[in-house]
Amino acid sequence: MTPAPALHLSGSARYDGAPVFGPLEFTAPAGTWTCLLGPSGVGKSTMLRLFAGLDSGVTFEGSLGAEDGAPLQDRIALMAQSDLLLEWRTVLDNVTLGAALRGAMPDTERALRVLTRVGLADHASKKPGALSGGQRQRVALARTLMEDRPVVLLDEPFSALDARNRSLMQDLSAELLAGRTVVQVTHDAAEAARMGDKILVMSQDRLTEVPPPATTPPRQFDAPDTLVYQGQLLRLLMETA
Amino acid sequence: MIGAARLLAAGILVLAIWQTVVWMTGVPSFLLPAPAKVAQTMWDSRALLAEHSVVTITEVLVGIVLGAGLGGLSAIGLAASPLARALMRPMLVLSQAIPVFALAPLLTLWLGFGLWSKVAMALIIIYFPVTSTFFDALMRTPPQMLELAKVMGATPRATMWKIRIPAALPGFTSGLRLAAVYAPIGAIIGEWVGASNGLGYLMLLANGRAKTDLMFAALIVLAVFTVCLHYAVDRGCTAALNRRLR
Ligand SMILES: Nc1ncnc2c1ncn2[C@@H]1O[C@H](COP(=O)(O)OP(=O)(O)O)[C@@H](O)[C@H]1O
Ligand SMILES: [Mg+2]
Repeated sequence: MTPAPALHLSGSARYDGAPVFGPLEFTAPAGTWTCLLGPSGVGKSTMLRLFAGLDSGVTFEGSLGAEDGAPLQDRIALMAQSDLLLEWRTVLDNVTLGAALRGAMPDTERALRVLTRVGLADHASKKPGALSGGQRQRVALARTLMEDRPVVLLDEPFSALDARNRSLMQDLSAELLAGRTVVQVTHDAAEAARMGDKILVMSQDRLTEVPPPATTPPRQFDAPDTLVYQGQLLRLLMETA
Repeated sequence: MIGAARLLAAGILVLAIWQTVVWMTGVPSFLLPAPAKVAQTMWDSRALLAEHSVVTITEVLVGIVLGAGLGGLSAIGLAASPLARALMRPMLVLSQAIPVFALAPLLTLWLGFGLWSKVAMALIIIYFPVTSTFFDALMRTPPQMLELAKVMGATPRATMWKIRIPAALPGFTSGLRLAAVYAPIGAIIGEWVGASNGLGYLMLLANGRAKTDLMFAALIVLAVFTVCLHYAVDRGCTAALNRRLR
């Protein structure tokens, strides 16, 4: 993996003439976990998609990219709310999908190691249909890890999971994505409070940085300072929306 | 199994109504022969029926294979290339305005009285449903899936073969199911217009000689074949689609 770059965005986005967000300034420090918290429809996904170079009819005015100046293309991995597993491919073949799509030889050995790290080595030859929702999202995480990109964009990847599986996935991703520049979009104050090194609350025209407790993520979900902080985030969400 | 039982029940009901109509109206046999008489004819003419069935079945199966192949490739070509879409789609739609039946004499003229004019007829009749159902499915790949592929640096070719086509296979099989129903119609029309064998030819021949019982016999063989083909394709498609997800 190449060194993880910092990300920046400065500008505003419009869709169909109507403002989506901005003008605003966003930075994600290199090799850390940044949470972008905000109500639905405020433009969080749009911002991630702009970084990922996915055109969705949104016009962006301003500048965005990596602080090191090199293009972001080929340095980004994406994980969405839907696991996007291909039902007809085995778990292993889903994990090596990237290589298959680039016409490269899949590194099966490494894929199996990655599957071991997400605790699914025994399921490598199953089809996704045989897995639970939590297991499926772990396969998606394994697929993301397999890409080995320095920048990882997470668009509410755990929001469809039950509370227990969500916590487990949060711990696992914090461990396995450490050292990368991660931007995680979420509408869940508890998730932001657990995960972020840096936490930004997004409203249409503004990003408000709220300094988290000094503990290192993933924070204990029941630690008093995490809970107080979570309340503080929620208060801010209520007031800005 | 329930489907088969229901089919059998429906068949028996039809036979009963048929026999009742014959008894009650006393209609002459050359207009409507009784089921028993048709059954007798089927048995007596089994060699003749078998010989002509083989011809029609061959036409239908070759037509389906070629039509599904050509339709499948066309759909992929259309899905892959915006230029092909711009050029071909109006033509495809326009081609639907021509009644295929009207083409049968031309096909006979061009391809002769043998197998290929009927294969062409079956092919033409199934080409559009196969192409359009598969094409629609190819254009409905979940956009998020395509975005993931893009971020992964996928080539368009790999995206097509590894994501879009496999995801669209259910659409292809819907086209195949339609093809199984339409292809026999195409083959029979082809035989009516010009042939020296096949069930459609046999029906015309029997009709011309007022052998209505033989005509009914050929019709029943054709119906049984079409129903069997429909079930075989339906079951085969369902099994294939399920197997790849297990
Ligand atoms: N492709 C699109 N189609 C329709 N609306 C869009 C599109 N892209 C952006 N928008 C607009 O941008 C707004 C923000 O969307 P999004 O970024 O998905 O919000 P969030 O992820 O914060 O819930 C939406 O409310 C919508 O009005
Ligand atoms: Mg969103």
